[in-house]
Amino acid sequence: MTESTGGIEMEEDMSGTVKKFAFINRKAPYGTIYALESLEVVLISAAFDQDVSLVFADDGVYQLKKGQATKAVGMKNFSPTYRALEGYDIEKLYVEKSSLDERGLTPDDLIVDVEVLDSAEMAALLEEQDVVMSF
Amino acid sequence: MLHIVNKSPLERNALESALRMVKPGSTILLIEDAVYAVTKGNKVEGTVKEAMKTCTVSALWPDLEARGMQDTVIDGVKQVDYSGFVDLVADNSSVMSWL
Repeated sequence: MTESTGGIEMEEDMSGTVKKFAFINRKAPYGTIYALESLEVVLISAAFDQDVSLVFADDGVYQLKKGQATKAVGMKNFSPTYRALEGYDIEKLYVEKSSLDERGLTPDDLIVDVEVLDSAEMAALLEEQDVVMSF
Repeated sequence: MLHIVNKSPLERNALESALRMVKPGSTILLIEDAVYAVTKGNKVEGTVKEAMKTCTVSALWPDLEARGMQDTVIDGVKQVDYSGFVDLVADNSSVMSWL
């Protein structure tokens, strides 16, 4: 596809450009706005048919903890949204193993199915991304 | 890939996490309060030296100077100015900020 193309083909090329986006979540929910803001951007990105991965590391793994109940603190519990991501074709969720271990958590404690990666595997995943957005 | 850290290693775990998840051969740029990490005698000096065996560690010297730490930088740390910062961003295919 090196030769220049006409308008219509060009448009097809443009719409076919898929980049690898990774959203890195390293903060606990509710204490700061980062987790909720990340989720907002992730949902927006779903509208653009990109290759989206979500990464949870450090306190970010707490975003996926089962059983969040925010009624008493008067905040919106956005954790059910992670379960809805599948419906937006966002199915690549990765969690760093040592972050889980350090917090006494296992994949069974999380509200969604995730792929658990060790630090080296996480490094490789980050390296292959076109765009990395940190929250 | 370029990894940017801007938090003091004694206040936050950003540097520690970055070093755990960088691929060998990467560049790590320390700016703002993260520049304390490349100063002699800091608790993480050994960790930084270990990282320097596989990665390039750079620090933004205007931030070192602002903090009066310009004369205590660990040997081998590459010091860059703002234009060097721009070059690093331009020369790497992707950038990750460890907020």
